[in-house]
Order: sequence, then structure tokens, then C-alpha cells
Amino acid sequence: MTAPREPAAPQEIVARALAAARCDDCVVIADETSSANLRWAGNTLTTNGISRSRQLTVIAISRSAEGTRAGVVSRAGVRDDQVGDVVQAAEQAATQGPPADDAQPLPAPAGPDTAGPAGGPVWDDPVDRTEIGIFGAFSAALGGAFDAAGSAGQRLYGFAQHSVTSTFLGTSSGLRLRHTQPAGTVEINAKSADLARSAWTGQGTRDFSDVNVSVLHADLSRRLDWASRRVDLPAGRYQTLLPPAAAADLLIYLYWSAGAKDALDGRTAFSKPGGGTRIGDRLSGLPLTLRSDPAAAGLGCARFVLAHASSRESSVFDNGLALRPTEWISGGNLAALIQTRHTAALSGLPVTPTIGNLILDGGGTATLDDMIARTGRGLLLTCLWYIREVDPQTLLLTGLTRDGIYLIENGEVTAAVNNFRFNESPVGMLARTSEAGLTGPALSREWGDYFSRTAMPPLRVDGFNMSSVSPAS
Amino acid sequence: MPRIDPEFTAYPLAELAAAARQRATELGAQHADFRAERIRAQQIGLSDGHLETMFDADDLGLAVRVVLDGTWGFAASVDLTAASAVRAAEEAVQVARVAAAINSEPIELADEPGYGEVSWLSSYQVDPFEVDAADKAALLTDWSAGLLADQRIGHVDASLYQVRECKFYADGATSALQQRVRLHPVVTAIAVEPSGRFETMRTLAPPAGRGLEYLGGSPWAGGQGSWDFPAELAQLPELLAEKLAAPSVQPGRYDLVVDPSNLWLTIHESIGHATELDRALGYEAAYAGTSFATVDKLGHLRYGSPLMHVTGDRTDEHGLATIGYDDEGVATQSWDLITGGVLTGYQLDRRMARMQGFGRSNGCAFADSPAHMPIQRMANVSLQPAEGGPSTQELIAGVEHGIYVLGDKSWSIDMQRYNFQFTGQRFYQIAHGRLSGQLKDVAYQATTTDFWNSMEAVGGPQSYVLGGAFNCGKGQPGQVAPVSHGCPAALMRGVRILNTVAEGS
Repeated sequence: MTAPREPAAPQEIVARALAAARCDDCVVIADETSSANLRWAGNTLTTNGISRSRQLTVIAISRSAEGTRAGVVSRAGVRDDQVGDVVQAAEQAATQGPPADDAQPLPAPAGPDTAGPAGGPVWDDPVDRTEIGIFGAFSAALGGAFDAAGSAGQRLYGFAQHSVTSTFLGTSSGLRLRHTQPAGTVEINAKSADLARSAWTGQGTRDFSDVNVSVLHADLSRRLDWASRRVDLPAGRYQTLLPPAAAADLLIYLYWSAGAKDALDGRTAFSKPGGGTRIGDRLSGLPLTLRSDPAAAGLGCARFVLAHASSRESSVFDNGLALRPTEWISGGNLAALIQTRHTAALSGLPVTPTIGNLILDGGGTATLDDMIARTGRGLLLTCLWYIREVDPQTLLLTGLTRDGIYLIENGEVTAAVNNFRFNESPVGMLARTSEAGLTGPALSREWGDYFSRTAMPPLRVDGFNMSSVSPAS
Repeated sequence: MPRIDPEFTAYPLAELAAAARQRATELGAQHADFRAERIRAQQIGLSDGHLETMFDADDLGLAVRVVLDGTWGFAASVDLTAASAVRAAEEAVQVARVAAAINSEPIELADEPGYGEVSWLSSYQVDPFEVDAADKAALLTDWSAGLLADQRIGHVDASLYQVRECKFYADGATSALQQRVRLHPVVTAIAVEPSGRFETMRTLAPPAGRGLEYLGGSPWAGGQGSWDFPAELAQLPELLAEKLAAPSVQPGRYDLVVDPSNLWLTIHESIGHATELDRALGYEAAYAGTSFATVDKLGHLRYGSPLMHVTGDRTDEHGLATIGYDDEGVATQSWDLITGGVLTGYQLDRRMARMQGFGRSNGCAFADSPAHMPIQRMANVSLQPAEGGPSTQELIAGVEHGIYVLGDKSWSIDMQRYNFQFTGQRFYQIAHGRLSGQLKDVAYQATTTDFWNSMEAVGGPQSYVLGGAFNCGKGQPGQVAPVSHGCPAALMRGVRILNTVAEGS
């Protein structure tokens, strides 16, 4: 057996790949990810694990009179002696394929706005990693919660994960950009011993130092207590309070559906009849702002475009383009759609690429408890589940309520209610939103695995469409 | 001739496994298994005949899973070296030690015979990774151009997703080297009216555990089971125009004749997931959900009408869940889940099979990547046709006032697998036993046991089709699995139909 030898650092891999490239232009992305997770059910651990991965993506660009072609090859676990093979595979793909529709010149080295926050890692610093020890204090507290839950006749289920991804982007146009993304989530589901009552809470976190298990558990116990009385309600349209997590469930989907290309093609709720987009249309009577900002406090994400493949909403040619704070909805009006430089040229609108966080703000100051206290009769959700698109024309979505839906009467939560299947459009819902409370961090139950950086207010929605009763509990 | 990827077999897989297992054993592990995988994927996507997406992904790695004093430990690495394998073994043991403090259910595994050194290769003719991407893109370009030439078509999306998955598993008793290939070709046509109203129509061709020979009309087409794409594409413009002009459905109760191209997804959601034992036991309670079909109901739950015979298998020749040995070294099998309408079985892995006293596992452990721990994943779950049963036309002839449903589209079901809602690609009105044109804005909504108990007739083998999906999601960390579902057409009585425009207004 040969002596253990660490593979070359990703910065070195990027440099070698760019040096090996013979094509007209080249983009190299090296990602190093480490992750750790714990999963539990019925007050005991079920699965766990740690993993490390390393991925090299080479985008070889060949420019000629017939058009510009891009070959994109992404490979995991590339050995040092295989870097040239990946470059060659990308170059071969570039010679084979048809011309790319989204071809553009590569971005030139940008100003300081793509640099990380002061004090963050610079290009040559070693790669940051996570390990199972990130859960040290958390798992001790979780063990305490298992004991407390057992004594109280509760069962706890849930999942905690943490990952750190370091991404290094180099281009033949001279860009050298680095992004380090810590990401974590914790979700806890508490059930009564007979499984008839269920409550859920979740939190996004960057390092678990801000996760307080006893606070989360106390919130779950309060909700299980709310469910000690149960009322059956029929399907129908109800005034409904959406806590921030449920607002995130619906607005993340709206964001993902806000591609400019599809809107221009006449295929979405943001298409204007007869052609063009609905930018400028009023979506809500409230002065709501839906925005993304790479530098948002606690929700920080990449400050430049990272596109491992081209798609309808992303372009490999845009890699390294600086991302700036973007308002998708501004003062209640549709203000921007997700653009690449290619679609921006088609639409004549600004270049507003997708950004890895989402914030809804209506300037409200009410907490969810304040809004409950001002409700005569309505429903209070915990979160939504199994959300799928039914009709792209209106962005009608269907899905279920889950793990706690409650009846509010005269300013107080008085009972738990049966679950419902809803049929609602987040676009239509914004028009029927009569109050937005104080914006705070929120973890979407449905999409938090993929999109954990959101801040939302609690929302009051009139006539939320509960289409049928679900017997699930 | 198809062969196992020589670049994968060039790695010293058996030596890596031995080094990892030896280290884990030295550190006290009572069980240690080793898995190495290489998964290649290629996506080609065109928008209106122009290339939009083309990328190649190549995932490689190893994993070590141990049981140490009754607690799982799992660790993964991307470097296929002995040093890396040993380190993963050490890390897996370390994870088990950290996790032991919060584990109160000792892990034990059901017995499985050892099979020694075995290999398995899925059934295909043309390996998609041995054909130039340009040739495959050219086929999609031709398909797109053909549709765009029709004035009624506004836009065309065409894509081809291909996967070649190599696995090596070793636990001391079995050492299995396996490879399988799958692909999913999809073409969607879109028509937009000046009013802004639009409709889409997608090909019904299911994803398949086959090679490029599946692409009928292509240079690689051949053999039984090749899908006739030219014929299907030729029909799309007329079908789409008819859908755009179709009347909006009146909500209410209708008899449904459900085509296999739609019914496979209803089977997936309301039977496939509901008969996963980990869900029934609550291990997925906080995420994917549980199941109404709990273990105390085994042998007597009236799931559906007596015509209902549902099997689980990982052996169907072109099934997407088909393989020789699962990710715990269990030889794959076929078994009953629902017999005569009664719940009779579950999908198992070795840990749950032992815990629940089911004896041997039926081989449903699967990890979607070398970085993930295997969990119980879905077998091919299929509704068996009725011997000598009716054709689709004969089923339609038995309906006075109803709807014939083809193709899957939107789907959603609750976390206990009771309440579901599905849409489709095409809905035809049935009047007096005959089709009388398309309807639009249709969704059907039901409770699982009501729906399956309303099944009055099951089609014969002549209407049986193997449908499926590449992207079944489950578990935390999230894992995706490919799975097939075979079924004939079937007749359901009195199903609730919604109008999706009315629902959204």
C-alpha cells in the first residue's frame, strides 16, 4: 500500500485545469463539500453519517463563425492525474454539440463587490470543513429532550444536518472567485404517544450555535397542548394565518417559477397576454417587497453567479457575474424576473440572475401571537406539504396542511382541526393577503432541504382554499 | 456487447473493501459493509430546437457502514484508495460512538445467504455512454423541428436524461459487482393563444431500464419494447390543438377509465409508498410521512376491490428498481403486497425484517449515491392485469357518463397516504360507452381505499404498460430513486372530479 497522500488543493486543481485547456475560453469550478447529519425517530437515533465530496466542473468553450459551443463535464473524486482528462472530455463535448443559445463573452474580473465579507477566507486559504463534532452540544441537548419527551408521553422525530461547501471559480478571462457556504437545518416533530397529535418546528442555521433545543421543544409542547381539543371542520375558504415557515413554502415556489424565459414564451403566470411579461403589474394591495440579497444578515450566500450547467434560468457563460440585491416584487408590484444575460437581451430588461436567499417584507411589526390575538375566527397553519403545480397559467398549487392546523376563535387558539388539501396560487394569495407581520428567519418545511435561507413575515390571507379534508394526522 | 464499465472495474475494489472491513473489525465493529459506486449521468435539453442544457456528471466514491455495539455508523469518501477506505472505516466507527449516546434500539440485521463473488448487468443493447452526445442531440433537434413546423405549436421542449450506475458491494459473505442503464426521453409541446391562454402536451413514453434501442425512429432503435416516437410525436399537434379548444370540465362525480400512463403514478403514491415498512413503522414520520397501512392491519386491511393484485419486485427485466442484489447484499425477489384486495406484504430491508419478525429481507435497501446510507426504497410495485380481462376499449364501452384519463402530470398525496389529487395529459369525455372529445382543467381527488375499492374492472394483459419515474424522493438527507410501476387500464366508479380553474379563482 502506498503512503496516504492528500489530493491537491482545489485552488491548484483550478490552476491546472485552466493551464491544460486548449479551447477558446474555459470556466473551472471546484467544489469541496463536507457534511454531517443525525436522524432520529421515536426518541432514538435512526441513521447518521458524515461525508466528504469533491467535484470538478469544466466548461470548455469553442468559438467559431458557425457559433459558440460549450462542453460541460462535471466529475466527482477526480484524482490529480485525471484533471487533464476532464478538460479534454469537456473540450471534446464542445466540439460535438450544437451551438449554445445562451453564448456570451465571459465576465471580466469584477470589482470588489464579488469579494467575500471582510475577514472571510481569501483565495489561497485552506478549505473549511465540518465534522460530526458540530453536533456535540446539540446532541447532548437532544438526548435531554428525548428523556423529557419520554416522561411527558411524547415521541420526537427529526433531522439535523450541517454542511460546508467551498467553491472555487476560475476562468480564462482572469476571474478567481471563492465562496464558502455553511448551511444547516434542524427539524423536530413531536407526537403524542398515540400519534393522534403532531407538531413541527424547524430552523435554518449556519453553525448550530444558535439552536436551542429546549426552546424548540417548549414550542412543540405548547402546540401539542393546543391540540388537546379537536374540532372537525369541512372543506371551504377560510381566513388563514400562515406562519413564516408556511409563507416560505409558497413563496419559494413563486420565486422558482419567476423565470424570464418562460414568461416571455407565454408559459407562466407572469406572462402578459399577447406577449411580454407582467413586470409592473400590481400583485398585492399591501406594499410587499420580495427580494434577494447575497449579503443579507444571517442568510448570506454567493455574491456571484455559480452555474454548473445551463438551463432555462441559468447560463454557464454568466459564471462569476456579480450578484446585486434584487427586488422581485417591489411595493406590491412585480419588479423583476430571473434572468441570464441571454434572456435579459431577449426581454430588454436588467440582468437579474437567481440568488440563493429570499426575503419577504411588508414593513409590519406584528408577531404571529399579535395576529392571533386580533383574529375573530380563522385557521392557523404550521406548515404545508407535498406542494405540486396544478396549473401553470395561474400558478395554482396543491398540497396538504401538516403537523398542526388550529382553530382561532376570539383571539385565542381553541382547538386543533383536521388536515386539509389546499388548492391555492401564491400569486392569487398575495392579492388576498390583508396583513403581513414582522419578518424573521423561516425554514420552509417543503423546500428547506434545498433552500434554507429565507426570512418571511406571518401572513393573514382571506379565503384560503381548503379544497377537501385529509384524514391524515 | 454490453459490459461493466472497465474504468470502474480497474479500481482495486475487492482490496479496498478488505482494507476497510478489516479496519472496522479491528476497531470493534460487529458488522461492516463496503460499497463503491460510479454513476454517470448525461442530460441533453433543447428549447425550440436550440441547445439549452448539456452536461455530463460522473460521481465516484466509497462508503463504509458499520454496526458497533448495536448502533449504526456511516462514512463516505470520494477517493478510491486504500488509505481513504481505511479512513472511512475509522470515521464510521467514530460516528457510531458519538451516536450511541442517543440510540436506544439495538441494530440487528436479518440473515441472508452469502453468494460469494457475483456480478449482474441490466438488460439493454446500446449503452448511451458509448454514443456521441452530438448524435443524441441531433435526434432531439429533428424531433423538435418536426413539431415546430406545425403552425399550431408555439414551443417545444425536448430532453434526454441517461444514467449508467455501477455498484460494488462487499460484506464478507457476498461480493457483488453490478451495472444498470436507464433513460428518460421527454418531449413537450406548448401552444399559446393570443388571449394568453396556453396548454401543454407531453409524450407518454415512460422512462425505462433500457439502452438507446428504446428510442424508436433513431439510428439505435431495435427490438421489442422500442417506443414508437415518430408515431407519438406526429399526433401531438392535433391532440394539443384539440385540448386547447376543449370545454372546461364540469366538476362532479364521474366513472373513470384510467390509462396505465396515468395509473402508474397513482399506484406509486397510494400503494408504493404506503407499503414501505419504514413509513408504516414511523421512521419517516417527520419527513416523507407514515402510512395508514400499519402493521396491525396486515392480512386483513381491505385495501381495494377483490380484483386488486399488487406485487413488489426488483426483478422485472426493464424495471427501473430492478437489480441483482440490493445495497445490503440481499438477492432480489418478487412478492405480493396486496392479494385479492387485502394488504399482505411490505417492502423491507434487513434491519426492519429482523425487528418485525418477517424473516428474510425482500431486498429493498438502496442508496442513491456513494455518499448516502442505504434506506428502504421502493421496489417496482405493479398492479397485475386480469387474465382474460377487458381491453381499454371494452372498459370504455362499459361507462355511461365518465372520463378517460391518459398521462401523468400533477400529483400530491398526504403524509399518511389517504387523500390524493392527480391531473393528467389528456382527458376524454365518455358518453354512452364512447369517447366524445377532450376536456380540460381536470383533476381527480380521492381517498386511497375509497378509490381502490371503487375499482370495478381491471384490464387484461393486452393493456399492461410499465410506467415509472427517475425522481422518487425520500429520506433525510434527501435521496432520489428510480422506480417502475406496471399496470393495465382500470375502471373506477364515482370518482370526484375538480375543475382546476374554479379551484384557483
